[in-house]
Amino acid sequence: MINPVLRTVDLWVSYGKMNIIKGVNMHVNRGERLIIIGPSGSGKSTLLKSLILLIKPKQGKIYFNEIDITDKSVDINKIRQRIGFVFQNYNLFPHLTALRNITLPLEIVKKIPREQAERKALEVLDLVGLEMKAHAYPAELSGGQQQRVAIARALSMDPELLLLDEPTSALDPEFVDEVLDVLKRIATEGISMIVVTHELDFAIDIADRMLFIDNGTIIEEGKPSELISNPKNERTRSFLKRLHRRY
Amino acid sequence: MVDLLFIESTFAYLLTGLTITLEISLAGFVIGFFLSALMTPLRIFGDRFTSSIITSYVEALRGTPLLVQIFFVYFGLPYLGINFDAVTAGILTLGLNSAAYQAEILRGSINAIPIEQYYSAQSLGMRRFHVYRYIILPQAVRYAIPALMNELVTLIKESSLVSVIGVAELTRKGEYIVATTFRAFEVYLLVALVYFIICYSLVKVSKIIEGKIRIPGYMPRRL
Repeated sequence: MINPVLRTVDLWVSYGKMNIIKGVNMHVNRGERLIIIGPSGSGKSTLLKSLILLIKPKQGKIYFNEIDITDKSVDINKIRQRIGFVFQNYNLFPHLTALRNITLPLEIVKKIPREQAERKALEVLDLVGLEMKAHAYPAELSGGQQQRVAIARALSMDPELLLLDEPTSALDPEFVDEVLDVLKRIATEGISMIVVTHELDFAIDIADRMLFIDNGTIIEEGKPSELISNPKNERTRSFLKRLHRRY
Repeated sequence: MVDLLFIESTFAYLLTGLTITLEISLAGFVIGFFLSALMTPLRIFGDRFTSSIITSYVEALRGTPLLVQIFFVYFGLPYLGINFDAVTAGILTLGLNSAAYQAEILRGSINAIPIEQYYSAQSLGMRRFHVYRYIILPQAVRYAIPALMNELVTLIKESSLVSVIGVAELTRKGEYIVATTFRAFEVYLLVALVYFIICYSLVKVSKIIEGKIRIPGYMPRRL
């Protein structure tokens, strides 16, 4: 662990009495791209959401730039401004245009004047190839386009860390590549990322390190090519075998 | 034989009652709206005690007949030294009653917003107030408007119940005419027609509003 931008210490997350995340210790270094894989229901999404306290951990610490963000005295909204989050189902605001989806947080969270916010929004929309769709409402866009807007919205906040929760798994196959292409481009720009995904080729392409999670615990971690081609743990092996069979 | 002259003069007289009907129902609706707008956030996001008090209020008002509530406010409260004239008692009762129904409508509309919308807004660093102001309420209002307009229509029709405490609204005026002319058939048919014209127009207005605030591509015009 060198210069972690985010790390957790003995993180436990539960829904009611059921523990979903069980004592996870993980970290992502500055500029590092970390991939998390694991079967459905293994706690990947919960883990990612808990990292910015969308789901409150039951126990444990989360450090962002070595600040303990689980500490009640820390203003979590200030921290969230610096961590971008992209959801599986895009979660754009349906009553706002693509442009407004991006400018609204810039204006009310970052207090950027409207004109400047719009310039910034058009810039990031251009980055994901959707400048011409700026005035479309989310429901007027395809799944792939909505996800690209969601990525643009996350990027517009100039995050130090980007969390992506299965960004392509809700998409029709024909739209997967357009989103992955955008993500690959972003990955080359040196931003720290944690990506939950089942796209193994993409993972090998961009990742520095990979974690395999099952049943709320980290089972195995390593370089993506090694972990995929030569998994040491039986559970990792059987998961990867199932995944290969599917694709 | 249809007596056109009678119908014309009856209609003119009924319209004076209609003014009172619209006044008390609109006043009741507005009171109900503000009370429910105040109660709903406290009910959903307040502490358990506040929430349960508001829920009890809503259930009590929804679980008892409006007529009994009107009697209680007009004839019952004076025993506690609280006196209202008939119109005020009518407006107040309609307002308190409608608040309970509108609170249910608003609660349902806010609950219809998926949790992902909260997550999404929070993940961008938006504060709680901003999440409600910019993300949840604009969507919830869209869900609520058809039901709120329906509540207004219901209230206009139910306002006829305040005739029993002597408020000279539309139905009461009809009763006056019947009492002197004994022509119940034409009179009550006319009364019903006036209610229908008002309520049907409101339903149409509601459709126009729904169309205007529709999110493009999100809510279908027709199923």
